[in-house]
Amino acid sequence: MAADRKFKIGKPILEVKNISLSFGGVKAITDTTFDVLEHEVRAIIGPNGAGKSSMLNCINGIYKPQKGTVYFKGKTLSKITPNIMAQMGLSRTFQNLALFKRMSVLDNILVGRKLHTKTNFLEVALQLPKVKKEEKINRDRSEEIIEFLEIEDIKNTPVGKLPYGLQKKVELGRALATDASVLLLDEPMAGMNIEEKRDMCRFILKVNDEIGTTMVLIEHDMGVVMDISDRVVVLDYGKVIGDGTPDEVRSNKKVIDAYLGVEH
Amino acid sequence: MKPIFMTYTKNDIINFCVLMVLGLVIIPAFIKTEYWYTSILIPWLCLALATIGQQIVMGYTGQLALGAAGFMAAGAFACFNLILRVPELGFFGSLIVSGLIAAAFGILFGLPSLKVRGIYLMVATLASQFFIVWMIDKFGWFKNYDSSGIITAQDIVILGVPFTTPLAMYLIIVFVVTILTLLAMNMARGSTGRNWMAVRDMDIAAESMGVSLLRTKVQAFAISAFYCGVAGALFAFTYLKSLEPVAFDIKLSFKILFMCILGGLGTINGAFIGAAFILLFPVLLNSVGNNVFHGAIDATIISSIEQVIFGLLMIVFMIYEPLGMAKLWETIKQKFKSKKSKK
Repeated sequence: MAADRKFKIGKPILEVKNISLSFGGVKAITDTTFDVLEHEVRAIIGPNGAGKSSMLNCINGIYKPQKGTVYFKGKTLSKITPNIMAQMGLSRTFQNLALFKRMSVLDNILVGRKLHTKTNFLEVALQLPKVKKEEKINRDRSEEIIEFLEIEDIKNTPVGKLPYGLQKKVELGRALATDASVLLLDEPMAGMNIEEKRDMCRFILKVNDEIGTTMVLIEHDMGVVMDISDRVVVLDYGKVIGDGTPDEVRSNKKVIDAYLGVEH
Repeated sequence: MKPIFMTYTKNDIINFCVLMVLGLVIIPAFIKTEYWYTSILIPWLCLALATIGQQIVMGYTGQLALGAAGFMAAGAFACFNLILRVPELGFFGSLIVSGLIAAAFGILFGLPSLKVRGIYLMVATLASQFFIVWMIDKFGWFKNYDSSGIITAQDIVILGVPFTTPLAMYLIIVFVVTILTLLAMNMARGSTGRNWMAVRDMDIAAESMGVSLLRTKVQAFAISAFYCGVAGALFAFTYLKSLEPVAFDIKLSFKILFMCILGGLGTINGAFIGAAFILLFPVLLNSVGNNVFHGAIDATIISSIEQVIFGLLMIVFMIYEPLGMAKLWETIKQKFKSKKSKK
């Protein structure tokens, strides 16, 4: 798989070093370090409550870790907010769906084009020619994504009325619309049936293959994780217990113990 | 449907032309009684404009704000002082600048929205209501040291031509409201409106897409206050024809809030429908009281009934149609269309 890739896996684009996060007395993440290489598909796995989503929230700036640093694109970021990370080219989806429920599918995806929208509200109010030009570019790109995700027939439906599987697709679409170089996907396949999961895998791999977007994803379905990811990091109780290729991780004693339970 | 001109589809343009013909030709040609202009059409359009302001901040951006009348007061008194002290600006110039002054207050009182939300924000925005009215009352300068407490508004003069008849004032308002409504629609349908709605529906996701919460919220408050300010100035100069802080009390803020909710949150046409309903309903009730019961029901009872029915309607709409009358209208239209196509 690696040999015929258009975008060869490169240097680390995202590194988390010694991240510790606690909520009051509860330690969610303890001293966690791992990296993500450019153009790779990197999975984060672990049992429930292992701190996977918290990890993504730290990278994305929703949570502020008490300790540790995040390096992104060669820069040490001292202040991370979701907005700053978005501007630096990191987008994400959410575990429990965070779509704009009353807006249509197309409008949701168009919000993803925010960073490619430079006109201000006065120019929009007056509908100056450059607003129209920009709007057309953004709309064309959104339509492209809608076509790619095969959701043309629902593009004018308010997102709140769609079934769960489709909403997950829309959320991926919105993240793609940002043209970010790194996507964080928080359980993109949760609650989907086999067919939907297969579709989702296809989309993720296709995006990675054609545009070279680096993917960091949390997933519970082991079959899927082992199939699509280049490297896997395993978290348990907020600590890294395994890191490596799917085969390495699969044979890691600690990982097996964490997943199957171990007799003491 | 593809937009033909700006953000407007063919249907929008047809609707616009029909409304314009109605507003500029049919109404002036057929309605001769002053009562209709001074007591219904003028206040309706002024309050609808303020309701658009409320829609922007509450319906589109989802920030529960309650201080529209405060911004209206700011706009009204700013306009009075501008015409008084800077006559070179002219009426429209003063109108725009007073909107901008109200917008500055909007930014100031919109800042709490970054920290608090929901009902707490509503309480925080009440500050604008009380502070602005208090400030105007407290400092005589705003009222040009008029001791009576009620100042007569100056006559509207544009390029040396006085606009003092009800019809002339009505035409000025139609002009201003039309332009501002079109601009509001452009914003609501464009990227600006999408940012507002994204903040309303899921702020954390909006931020992850690069929408700045600070900028979006403050912008919505500023634009909202601008609309309220202009509406307040028009309201004082054409409807009240006087300026007194008491006219912009919290009751008016609530009225605008109800117009916004009953009309339909997150719609521009809802602002007009809601304003018409709340303004016309008491009139209707009164004439029913007079014509059907021939004064057998006391006027105070009628006004109490009015409050009861408003309250009931609010509850009914909140439960069955949270998107208000605009949505109801859409649903009826849709049903009518599908029936037609079946035949």
